[in-house]
Amino acid sequence: MASVTQPGARTRGFRISKRVLPYVLSLPALLVCIGILIPFFSAVVYSFQRYRLSQPWARQFNWGENYLNFFTDPGFWNTLRVSLLYAGTTVILELLLGLGIALLLQRRSTVNNFISIMLLLPLMTAPALAALMWKLMTNPGFGILSYFASLIGLENFRWASSPDTALLTVVLVDIWVYTPFIMILLLAGLRSLPTQPFEAAALDGVPRTFVFFRITLPMLTPYILTATLFRLLDSIQQFDIIYAMTQGGPGDTLTVFQVEAYLNFFQSTNVGRSAALLIILWAITYALSNVFIKNWLRLRERARGEA
Amino acid sequence: MYEKEKDLISAFLRGEVDRRGLLKGLGAAGLTAGTAGTLFNMMSTEALAADFDWKAHSGKSVKLLLNKHPYADAMIANLRAFKDLTGMEVTYDVFPEDVYFDKVTAALSSSSTEYDAFMTGAYMTWTYGPAGWITDLNEWIKDASKTNPQYGWDDFLPGVKASCAWNGQPGGALGSEDAKQWCIPWGYEQNNLSYNKEMFDKVGVGVPKNLDELLTTAAKLTKDVGGGVYGIGVRGSRSWATIHPGFLSGYANFGQKDLNVSADGKLSAAMNTPESKAFHAKWVQMIQESGPKDWSTYTWYQVGTDLGAGASAMIYDADILGYFMNGGDNKMAGKLAYAPFAANPAASAPTPNIWIWSLSMSNFSKDKDAAWYFLQWASGLEHAIFGATKMDFVNPVRASVWKDEIFRERLKKSYPGYVEMHDISAPGAKIHFTAQPLFFDLTTEWAATLQKMVAKEVPVDEGLDKLAESINRQLAEAGLG
Repeated sequence: MASVTQPGARTRGFRISKRVLPYVLSLPALLVCIGILIPFFSAVVYSFQRYRLSQPWARQFNWGENYLNFFTDPGFWNTLRVSLLYAGTTVILELLLGLGIALLLQRRSTVNNFISIMLLLPLMTAPALAALMWKLMTNPGFGILSYFASLIGLENFRWASSPDTALLTVVLVDIWVYTPFIMILLLAGLRSLPTQPFEAAALDGVPRTFVFFRITLPMLTPYILTATLFRLLDSIQQFDIIYAMTQGGPGDTLTVFQVEAYLNFFQSTNVGRSAALLIILWAITYALSNVFIKNWLRLRERARGEA
Repeated sequence: MYEKEKDLISAFLRGEVDRRGLLKGLGAAGLTAGTAGTLFNMMSTEALAADFDWKAHSGKSVKLLLNKHPYADAMIANLRAFKDLTGMEVTYDVFPEDVYFDKVTAALSSSSTEYDAFMTGAYMTWTYGPAGWITDLNEWIKDASKTNPQYGWDDFLPGVKASCAWNGQPGGALGSEDAKQWCIPWGYEQNNLSYNKEMFDKVGVGVPKNLDELLTTAAKLTKDVGGGVYGIGVRGSRSWATIHPGFLSGYANFGQKDLNVSADGKLSAAMNTPESKAFHAKWVQMIQESGPKDWSTYTWYQVGTDLGAGASAMIYDADILGYFMNGGDNKMAGKLAYAPFAANPAASAPTPNIWIWSLSMSNFSKDKDAAWYFLQWASGLEHAIFGATKMDFVNPVRASVWKDEIFRERLKKSYPGYVEMHDISAPGAKIHFTAQPLFFDLTTEWAATLQKMVAKEVPVDEGLDKLAESINRQLAEAGLG
C-alpha cells in the first residue's frame, strides 16, 4: 500500500519562523562582534589590575591605580604629546602632498595612470622594511640622504639619532609610505566629481583658485575627511616605523603609545600598565573618530539638501 | 680495522692521553682528518654511553626554541651525535635575535607546550623564573639516576654557573645556597677591548689601560686615522642592552652599583653617587668626542660590523663580537687584537659584566626528563669540545675546555691576545647587576637617560638624580622599594 505524504511535511522540521529568521541571519555578525569584544573587555579588565607576569603572586585588582599613576607620571604626558604631534604632523603633511599629487594626476591619461601606479609602490612596502631602508639611507657614514644633506651644507646631520631631528626623520618615512594612500583616495574622489559645475565655471571664466576653493574642495571634503580619518587612526597608533628606527629614542623623543605599550608588555611584562595605555589610546581614537564621522555625516546630509 | 686508533681514542677519553698526543697518534697512523673525526665521534658516543643509560628516552622527541647564533649553529651541526646517542628526535625553530625574546615571552606566557627547552640569557630568567615559566634544574642535576656521572657540573666556571642561579628574592645574591638553577650556561661573553692593530700602529697609540686613557686614545684615533673612522664603538640604542656591556663593566670596576639592597631587603637606586656621576660624565664625553655619529641607534650588530668593516678603531663590548669580526668576509679580518680592560686605574683587574647564552627548560614541557637528556648533552663536555675546536663555540663555559691546549693554540694563532684577555678577566667576570624583576624597566630607562646626556638634553648630575628618583618610585610601586 502506497503511503501518502502530506505536502510540506518533510520540510516542516527545518522551517524557521519569520520572527526568528532575522536573529538567525544576524548570528554570524553577532559572533564576529563577540570575537572582537572578548579581547577588548579582557584588556579593560587587565587595565584595572596590578598584573606583572614576573610577579604572578601580586596580581590583584587595583581599580583605577594604573590610570591614576599616569596623571602623575611626566613620561605619560610626554607619550601623549609625542603621539598627538606625530599623528597631527604626518596627517596634515600627507594630506597636503596627497591632494597636490592627486590634482596633478587628475586628468585621465596613460602617463598619469602609469605614474599613479608607480607612486603606489611605497604603500606596498612593509613599514618596518621601509624603516630599515631609510635607516640605511640616513646613516651618517654612508647613507645617500646624508650625502645629499652634506651637499647643501648639512654636515654631520644625525637624522633619527638626534633628538632635534628624530621626529622629522620618522615623519619623512611615514610620509613616504602613506602619502600614496591619501593620493589614491583623493584621486578617486576627484575623478568621480560631477563635471557640470566645472564646465559652467569654465564658460563663465571663473579663476582657477576660485574654482578650487569654492567648487573642488567643498565637493571633495567627504573624501578628504575619510582619508584623514583612516590615516589619523593609523598614525596615532604608529609602531613599526618608530620602533624599527629608534626604539622610541633618543631619550624619550619618540615614545609614542604603541612603543610604550609594547615595551611595557614584552620587555617589562607589565600587562596591567600596558593594557591601561592601550585603553587610553582606544579612548582617544574613539573620540577622534566620533568627531570625524559626525562631520562626515553632516556634510553628507548637507549634500543631500537635508540640513 | 682501526683497532689501534680506537685504543688511542679510548685512552684519550679516559684521560690517559692528551689531545696533542691523540692528534699525533692519529696522524702517524695515516688517518685523514675526516676519518679521524668520524672515529672520534663514534668513540666519544660509546664512551658517553658507557656509564649511563642514554637510551632511556629512545623514540621520544623534544622541540627547541633557538636564537640564530653561532652557538645554535654548532649545536645543530652536532645534532646527529645526540640522536645516535639517545635514539631521540630533535626538532627546532630558529628566530633572529630582534624577535627571539618576544617569541619566547609569547610562548611561555601562554603556557604553550610546544617547546621543551630554549635558549635564554640569565637576565631573562629573572622574569621567567618567578613567573613560574621555567623549571629549577637542580632537581635533575642532583638526581644521579637522571644525570650522567661524567656530566661534570663542577667543571662549569663558578662565576658563570652562579650567575644562572637565583633564589627569586629581589636583591638576592646570585648563586646563593638557596638559589634555583634557572638555566645552564652554554657560552658566555666578557666585555673588553677589541681593537684594530693596524690603525693603532698607524696613529702610534698604545692600548688604553683605564678610562682616562680610553678617552684620549679614542679621541686621537678619531682625529688621526682618517677616512671617517671613529675611535670607539659602544652600544647606544634605547634598550637594556646598552647598559650591560662595556658601560656596566667599567662602572662596576669603579665599585659602583645599580641598586642598593638594605638589610630588610628593600631596593633603592644607587646611580646618583658622586663617583657614578664622574663615571657617567667621562662615558658621555667619550661618546660625544669619539663615538659613532648615530650612536643612539647602535645595537651590538652595528658596533660589531663597524669594527669588522674598518669604520671604527676599537670597541668596548663583547669579546666574542670582536672574535667574529676577525674572521669570515670582514674587511678587517686578521687585523684585530684583544686586550683586557680595567676602567679604574686603582683596580687590580677588570670586572667584566657578562652575558650568558644559556639553556632553560620550559615548565610546560610535556616530557621534562627527555628534555633534560637534551640539556645535559648540549651542555656536556663532548659537545663543548666539538663546538670550541670545530665550530665558533666561543667562549665555552667549562674550565676544562679553556685548559684544552688545541683550543688555546687555535685562538692564539688567529686571535692575538684573546686567550690572555680571557684569563686575566675571567676571575672578575660575573653579572654585576642586582637580580630583581624590574631589570628591563630600569635598564631601559637608564639607557634613555644616557641618550639624553649624550644629546645634551640634560646635564649628567641632573639626569642621574631624575633617573634615581624615577627608579625609586617604580620600585616603590612594585613593592620592592
